[in-house]
Amino acid sequence: MGNKVLMKGNEAIAEAAIRAGCRHYFGYPITPQTEVAAYMAKRMPKIGGVFLQAESEIAAINMVYGVAGTGRRVMTSSSSPGVSLKQEGISYIAGSDLPCLIVDVQRGGPGLGGIQPSQSDYFQATKGGGHGDYHLIVLAPSSVQEMADLTALAFELAEKYRMPAMLLADGTIGQMMEPVELAEPQEPKFEEKPWAVTGTKCKREHHIVNSLYLAPDELEKKNFERYERYHTIEQTEARYESFMMDDAEYCVVAFGIAARVSKNAVVAARKKGIKVGLIRPITLWPFPKAALEKAAAQVKGFLSVELSMGQMIEDVRLATHDARKVELCCRTGGMIMSPDEVLAAIEKLTGGEK
Amino acid sequence: MTTQILIAGFGGQGILFAGKFLANKGLMEGRQLSWLPSYGPEMRGGTANCSVVLSDEPVGSPIVNNPDVLIAMNLPSLDKYEDAVVPGGTIFVDSTLIERKVGRTDVKVFYVPATKLAQQNELGNLANMVMVGKVIRECAPVAQEGLEDAVRSVVSAKHANMFDINLKAIQIGLELN
Amino acid sequence: MVVFEKPKSLTQKEFHYCPGCTHGIIHRLVAEAIDTLGIEGSAIGVAPVGCAVMAYDYFTCDMVEAAHGRAPAVATGIKRSLPECVVFTYQGDGDLASIGMAETVHAATRNENITVIFVNNAIYGMTGGQMAPTSLPGQVTQTSPYGRDVKTAGYPVKVAELLSALDGPSYIARVAVNNVKHVLEAKKVIQKAFENQIRGKGFSLVEVVSACPTNWGMTPQKALDWVEEKMIPYYPLGVFRDKTAEEVQA
Repeated sequence: MGNKVLMKGNEAIAEAAIRAGCRHYFGYPITPQTEVAAYMAKRMPKIGGVFLQAESEIAAINMVYGVAGTGRRVMTSSSSPGVSLKQEGISYIAGSDLPCLIVDVQRGGPGLGGIQPSQSDYFQATKGGGHGDYHLIVLAPSSVQEMADLTALAFELAEKYRMPAMLLADGTIGQMMEPVELAEPQEPKFEEKPWAVTGTKCKREHHIVNSLYLAPDELEKKNFERYERYHTIEQTEARYESFMMDDAEYCVVAFGIAARVSKNAVVAARKKGIKVGLIRPITLWPFPKAALEKAAAQVKGFLSVELSMGQMIEDVRLATHDARKVELCCRTGGMIMSPDEVLAAIEKLTGGEK
Repeated sequence: MTTQILIAGFGGQGILFAGKFLANKGLMEGRQLSWLPSYGPEMRGGTANCSVVLSDEPVGSPIVNNPDVLIAMNLPSLDKYEDAVVPGGTIFVDSTLIERKVGRTDVKVFYVPATKLAQQNELGNLANMVMVGKVIRECAPVAQEGLEDAVRSVVSAKHANMFDINLKAIQIGLELN
Repeated sequence: MVVFEKPKSLTQKEFHYCPGCTHGIIHRLVAEAIDTLGIEGSAIGVAPVGCAVMAYDYFTCDMVEAAHGRAPAVATGIKRSLPECVVFTYQGDGDLASIGMAETVHAATRNENITVIFVNNAIYGMTGGQMAPTSLPGQVTQTSPYGRDVKTAGYPVKVAELLSALDGPSYIARVAVNNVKHVLEAKKVIQKAFENQIRGKGFSLVEVVSACPTNWGMTPQKALDWVEEKMIPYYPLGVFRDKTAEEVQA
């Protein structure tokens, strides 16, 4: 075992981002993600980084846009209502082909909703919460270790594909502590990007960071190019965890905290002789379609377990071409299902079949 | 082995701290674990609770719905969680603050006058750690060896004077018949 | 012989602005300041949403196009990332004083070390002449067809005065470009707003009272007269805040 420390999920995001060389953070307080901002406020001034408490989530995402345009690692974090406010900026960042990290530690909605954990921003995160044709890379941690690991991965993927990445966590993973092994700190890399605004030094043509294309054929071309990149990402970057799927006849699909609860239920169901496994999407976009498609050839039915009224279930249906029945086990508004509730839903799905 | 612990009481009773101590002790023992607090405005003066899971296997859900061990530091917490304890589980009751008895007969119960003991020994509001000591004695979710190091890991350097009294509070619980 | 030349900091691209529009003059003043100070290679501009949305095509320095009203936040990000660069925003009245008021006020109160060029022509030009936050009382626009009624639409926002009430900003001035004298004065003030940034003095904003003949429904000459007769009395010219002058006095 490496050198493990006990950390809150939100703190692990912040520390992992710093270790990944991120030196610019802009945010606005909102429960249950405020620890990210507090951690950054404490650490950034000591390492020559920038922490700025913006006047709003809107300002924060636009500050992110500014730094992203200069080609440096930058992030913001918020929770559901705050992430709604950021959508305009996210659309601009996507439209300008800039990398950055947005963290959403989800709470119940809609509206002001509540402050307890939720996964009801799934549609917003994976289908493009702002206007226009675009996607985010969406990573869904289900442990404090993944809060750290996926933060670093998010920066890498965002930069590789020149697009914003989102860490879609929830209040539970944000607030809980678990042992975590942190990566070795990297020094910030400030290499000049061929598209970044850094001052021309009178040595090159000016760079323009922009999402405005008044000629529709030009805009269409831009969107086509972007979607070619998205296609590559869908082919190569889908990630998931498979748990007890080898001989499974039924498959639970869940991410984040819902996957943690579901694991307990799967283990309990196995003890009862029910052949059930779990597929846990780690990337929500790209959704691990191929894994689900393959599972559809093996199992008799799926159970989507979500802290929402059923959002990911649509992707499960699409990925499996509705070839098998897909049922929903959900809680919403900040409530979390117990393993017993998931077990009961598994038993209902299997019709008592063993 | 997996032990699911739920600690519940008022905000300000050190509910989360007690959980943090157990989690840190578990970490030092190389166990798998999770610590999950309740959060939000109810934490300020209202009820607080904390789920701690200690296991030899990767922890599934960090949410303790049915505790093996319940530490009830006030009456509302006992009322709320008594029925959730697994059959054969253990309930620790701060009998200074909770007058009623546990109704269930399928669980083990320890009545610990933790708040009174903390006051008598000039330990401020460290009833939480007296309870932790008693839990370690009776249920051994973590080992008795290396308690000093675990206390040191949760008492910040700024409040080094808290080290002795935290350790003493745990000792009182550990030695309690 | 006087040779009329384009400033180096303007591209060869022809302006898309309407006849008689004063954006062209203001672009030129900004470019001249950049040339004079020798900062073309380190300048980064932030364009607004509004008539000047394509300012990024006109300046030879690196440019970023911001969402409506967010230019000061975007500029903040750029400046925090590259403190050695000279970062400016170029914004209209709807952008800066309506949808972007929060970003404006907070960049000012943080004394963010950026330069803001604020073009006040009392109307939304790009969308075809709607009421702006700075439209004068009684001013007829597409969305105040009976004249701006202060009872329902409120009063114009006097940005320079408003921001001068804050402790933060370093330099706040209002100029006009309706005649040669005013243009020459504006040139000095805009240059100072850039110098302040180079010297690390902080937030400098220049409000430029401007004309929009097309949407005011006037000839260019008539529009310039309207600036003199209607706009300037409501928006008096002058320096409203100058911390550098205060320093000299102290």
